[in-house]
Amino acid sequence: MTEPPVLAVSGLHKSYRGQEALAGVDLEIRAGELVGLLGPNGAGKSTLTKIACGLVRPSGGGVEVLGRPAGSPPARAALGYLAELFRFPGWCSADELLRLHQRLAGAAGGAGEREELLDLVGLGEARDKRVEAMSKGMQQRLGIAQALVGAPRLLLLDEPTSALDPVGRRIVRGLLEELRRRGVAVLLNSHLLSEVELVCDRVAIIARGRLVEAGTPEQLAGPGGVEVETAAGVKVFAGAGREDAPRIVAELVGAGERVYRVEVRHSSLEEVYLKAVGGQTG
Amino acid sequence: MTPSPLRSAMTVIAHSVREGVRRRVFLAVLVLTAGFLALYGLGAHFVFRDVGNFAGGEANILDDKAFAGATIFGLAMFAILFLGAVLSVFLTLGAVRGDAESGLLQPLVVRPIGRTTMLMARFAGAAALAATYVVLVYLAAWAITRATGGWSPDHLIGPALGLALAVAIIAAISLLLSVLLPATAQGIVVFMVFGAGLTAGLLAQIGNAIDSDSLHTIGRVASWALPFEGLYAAGLHALISGTSGLTGVVLQLGPFGGSEAAGPGLIAWAFAYMLGVLAIAAFAFSRRDL
Repeated sequence: MTEPPVLAVSGLHKSYRGQEALAGVDLEIRAGELVGLLGPNGAGKSTLTKIACGLVRPSGGGVEVLGRPAGSPPARAALGYLAELFRFPGWCSADELLRLHQRLAGAAGGAGEREELLDLVGLGEARDKRVEAMSKGMQQRLGIAQALVGAPRLLLLDEPTSALDPVGRRIVRGLLEELRRRGVAVLLNSHLLSEVELVCDRVAIIARGRLVEAGTPEQLAGPGGVEVETAAGVKVFAGAGREDAPRIVAELVGAGERVYRVEVRHSSLEEVYLKAVGGQTG
Repeated sequence: MTPSPLRSAMTVIAHSVREGVRRRVFLAVLVLTAGFLALYGLGAHFVFRDVGNFAGGEANILDDKAFAGATIFGLAMFAILFLGAVLSVFLTLGAVRGDAESGLLQPLVVRPIGRTTMLMARFAGAAALAATYVVLVYLAAWAITRATGGWSPDHLIGPALGLALAVAIIAAISLLLSVLLPATAQGIVVFMVFGAGLTAGLLAQIGNAIDSDSLHTIGRVASWALPFEGLYAAGLHALISGTSGLTGVVLQLGPFGGSEAAGPGLIAWAFAYMLGVLAIAAFAFSRRDL
C-alpha cells in the first residue's frame, strides 16, 4: 500500500466575510520533498499554511496530513509550524521553551533532543538565554528549533528567514537540506525567490487565492533565448532553446559571421513569478 | 506520539502559573497586598483601641469587639475580593484573542493539545493562582484582626471558599471575554461587569436599610446573575451569622445590610454558572480562526 502524501490539499476554499482568500487550491507534498510557496502579500499563502495546521477552518475542500484531517490531534502531532508573526514568552529560556513544546508534543527526546535542536540552529551557546534577551534573528532560529521538536514529518515554515542575516539564512538553508535528507516534508512560504530557487524541489505560485504555477524550478524556468556574440555584436534569438544553439551557430558561420560566444539563457524564477502573478503586489 | 489531554493540561497549567508568577503585575499585586495588610493592621489596631469610646456606656449591650472586628474584616473582604478580581483579570488578560494577535498562542495551539483542553488549563492556572491568593490574604487579614482585637468571625472557612469561588467565576468571565474581545476591551468590560455586581450589592444594602422590596429584589436578581456578588454577600453574612442582639442589628445597618446566607442553591448555581461560562468560551474558541 502506498503511503498517503504528507500534505494533501484538495479544492481548498476559504472566505473571510465574503472575501475569498483561497479559491480551490490543490497541492501535494511527499516525504522528503521541499516545496516553496510563493505569492504576493494577501495571495493566501499564510491562510493555506494555517489551515494545514488547524489554526484556521476551511470554507470548503480539505487538507490532510498523512491521511488525517488537518487540525485533528494525529495531524497536529505530525507537524511542526513556525508562524510568520510569532512571539515566545520573554521570561522563558531557550531550553525551557523547547521543554514546554516537548511536553505538549509528547516528544520523548529529553535534554538530548533539545541540545541537538539548539545546535542545529546555531543556538547551542544560548540554551539558558532568555527570549527577551535574544535578537530577532535568534528568536527566529529558536522558532525553527521549536517547530522541529518531536521530529515532525511535515514542517510548515511561514517566512522563516525574514529576520535573519545572510549567515542565519545559510544556517537555515543547510538545515532544510538536512531535513530533506531525513525525509521530512517541508512547505516553505517565502518572498525570497533566490532562496526558494536554491533549496526547493518544487515551487508553487499562488495569486488571488489560486495556484497559478507549479513545478520544479527547472520546469518553471523555461527557455529564455540564445545569445550569440559575433564580430558584428551580440545577437539574441528569443524563444530559442538549448537544442536550437548548434543550428543557430551553423547558420551564422555559414553566413560568414565569426562567433565568439554562445549562451543559452533561461528565464529566472523572478521572471516566472512576475509573469504568473501579473505584477500583483499585496 | 500524542500526549494525553491530562498531561497536556498539567503542562499548560504549570506554564500559566509560572507565567503569572513571573509577570510584573503579580509582583505589583504582591506589593499592593503588603501595603494593604500593613494599613489594615494599623487601622485594626486603632479601631479596636478606640471602639470602646464609641460603645461608651452601652458596652454591655453592644459587643464593641464584634462590632469593630466584623466591620473592618467585612471591609477587608471587599478589598480582598477587589484585589483577587484584579489578579484574575490580569492573569487572563488577552489569553486568547490578545495572545493570538501577538503571535503567542499559535505555537501552542498547533500542538496536539485540543483548544478546549488548552482553554480549561489556562482557566485552571489563573483560577488556582487567584483563589490561592485570596484565601492567603483572607487568612492574613483574619490573623491581623485576631492579633490586634482578639476577634474572629463566626465562620472562618466558608467566606474564604466563597471568595475563592468568586474570583474563579471572575476568571471564567474574563476568559470568555478574552475569546471575544481584544485585550483592552476585555479588561474594561470585565471590570464593568465586576462593578455592576458591586453596585447591585450596594443597592441591596440600601434596600435593606430603607426596607425597599424593589431594591432588595434587584440585589437578589443581580446576585444570581453575577454570582460572585452573591458569594461575597454570603461570605459577609457568614462572618456574623451567629452575632445577635443589638450588635447584630447595628451591623446589619452597615456593610452587612442585605447579606444573605449562601445556601446550597447559590453554591450549585455558582458552579453551574462558571461551567456554563467556560463552555461558551470553549465553543467560541473552537470556532475562532487564529
